[in-house]
Amino acid sequence: MASFIDFRNPPGSDRRADTAVRATAEPLWIRRILIGSVLAFFILFLFLPLTVVFQGALAKGFGVIANAFQDHDILHSIQMTLVVALIAVPANTAFGVAAAWAITRYRFMGRGLLLALIDLPLWVSPVIGGLIYVLLYGRRGYFGPWLTAHDIKIIFALPGMAMATIFVTLPFVARSLIPLMQAQGVEEEEAALTLGAGGFQILWRITLPKIRWGLFYGVILCNARAMGEFGAVSVVSAKISGRTNTMPLEIERLYNDYLFPQAFAVAAALALLALVTLVLKTLSEWENARQFEASRRVSLETTIEPLSSPLT
Amino acid sequence: MASKRHILPGFGISMGWSVTWVSLLVLLPLAALLGKSASGGWEHFWETITDPEVVASYRVSFGISFLAALINGVFGFFAAWIFARYEFPGRRLLEAATDLPFALPTAVAGIALTALYSPNEWIGKHLEPLGIKIAFAPAGVLVAMIFIGFPFVVRALQPVIADLPADVEEAAACLGATRWETIRRVVLPPLLPALLTGAIMSYGRAVGEYGSIVFISGNIPYKTEITPLMIFQKLEQYDYPGAAAIGVTMLAASLVIVAIGNRLQAWGNRFRKEA
Repeated sequence: MASFIDFRNPPGSDRRADTAVRATAEPLWIRRILIGSVLAFFILFLFLPLTVVFQGALAKGFGVIANAFQDHDILHSIQMTLVVALIAVPANTAFGVAAAWAITRYRFMGRGLLLALIDLPLWVSPVIGGLIYVLLYGRRGYFGPWLTAHDIKIIFALPGMAMATIFVTLPFVARSLIPLMQAQGVEEEEAALTLGAGGFQILWRITLPKIRWGLFYGVILCNARAMGEFGAVSVVSAKISGRTNTMPLEIERLYNDYLFPQAFAVAAALALLALVTLVLKTLSEWENARQFEASRRVSLETTIEPLSSPLT
Repeated sequence: MASKRHILPGFGISMGWSVTWVSLLVLLPLAALLGKSASGGWEHFWETITDPEVVASYRVSFGISFLAALINGVFGFFAAWIFARYEFPGRRLLEAATDLPFALPTAVAGIALTALYSPNEWIGKHLEPLGIKIAFAPAGVLVAMIFIGFPFVVRALQPVIADLPADVEEAAACLGATRWETIRRVVLPPLLPALLTGAIMSYGRAVGEYGSIVFISGNIPYKTEITPLMIFQKLEQYDYPGAAAIGVTMLAASLVIVAIGNRLQAWGNRFRKEA
């Protein structure tokens, strides 16, 4: 057996190994060109921009970064970003679980429409995501006069920014959960029901543990988008540094004021968040695949067991 | 509460909550968009969306996006193929990095690409002597659109490439087909719908993109201004009906793009079942 393998792939002979697999694989030189061109593409469009961000932040030394993160306006923009994310992410997490539950557990009229509306913010321009709220709550919007009369400020203030952020991040949690819950089915929930569990007991003890990785996946994507949103928020924010600027808006302000090291320092903080998000996302994808594999193995064992055990 | 149709409890609350949420945050504001666009009268609507500066912005947003989608189609296909078929050091890193444009805030991408391609910076300074201008020119818009749309093609293709049965390729090879013939006649046809779906999605994303483009484009009227920026301009002039008119036009265009994408996906799924 071993001699047979050695015969086909003599050690140190790349060419021979290549001819052995030629039937269903590309020649080595094509493989090298493909890998090389993809690598060049990644370097040019993904890795270099990322490097530039950190290089730009460090260009004038750590002192500038340390000073930047003591600046009142920059600190305030970080606070604004956190506040907006703290409103948008929990709100859309709760919505995502409710919507995924409704869509995967029941058949009802308008189910397709609900799905389409949840998807809508994914393909609509973020600028439109901000515009629609200005048209409703802006000074010349439909509710504008009433809001002005009652001295309520939504546009150019936190409520409008939170709403625009909720709009653009609306699909993430629901979209991560729906295919997962569809695939998992409802047998365990129904079993719990026949054993006398109530609705929230089922949700808390059965469903949430089952979907926790999918939920985690959706929440981190939702959070990354909420903290990084620029287009939608810049329509509804007054863009006053130190008052209504989130971090992405503050980057724009610093950049336009030619304060490049500071702009890149804030950008580097957001780029770090993006990298952490990517790592967590990849880990949860692997975990998802592992769990899927494990649950398949378990179901295989349970179907085999009655056969191997003569007592049942 | 649980009726015969709905065995599991919670129909009322989950359904009520999602419908209310979507109505308040999506349906009502969209109705406002349609209403406002009509409030200025048909003439104002038509004048706004056919204004020469706005029309020039369509050429940038819809035209350059098309070019970006083509480039992403090619490199996205290469990337998805080598991720699925080849083993090489760094493959997992590249695979994870594919989603960087999804995760990186657009403003960060915008200033990074500008810094990279500006005339006296990293890449820009080597292109300047050759007479190639990227930042503050249409090519800059193209670069930002390639960046933002790239992951869609890879993510659309990956599951379909993974599902390709190896035996048909082996059969083709046994029957005497060269590798190129096998690729062209056996491998590519079932991949085509997914490739087109991914390219259409990256196109749609680039059409609506704002943050990463406005830094690198320089926003030169009639040259590098994008359509979302036109909405901004109208809002700054307090022309709400005009802003809404451009918004409705973009929304309608996106709707068509998404509808084509969904059709292609349905076509691809049918293809997969038949195969």
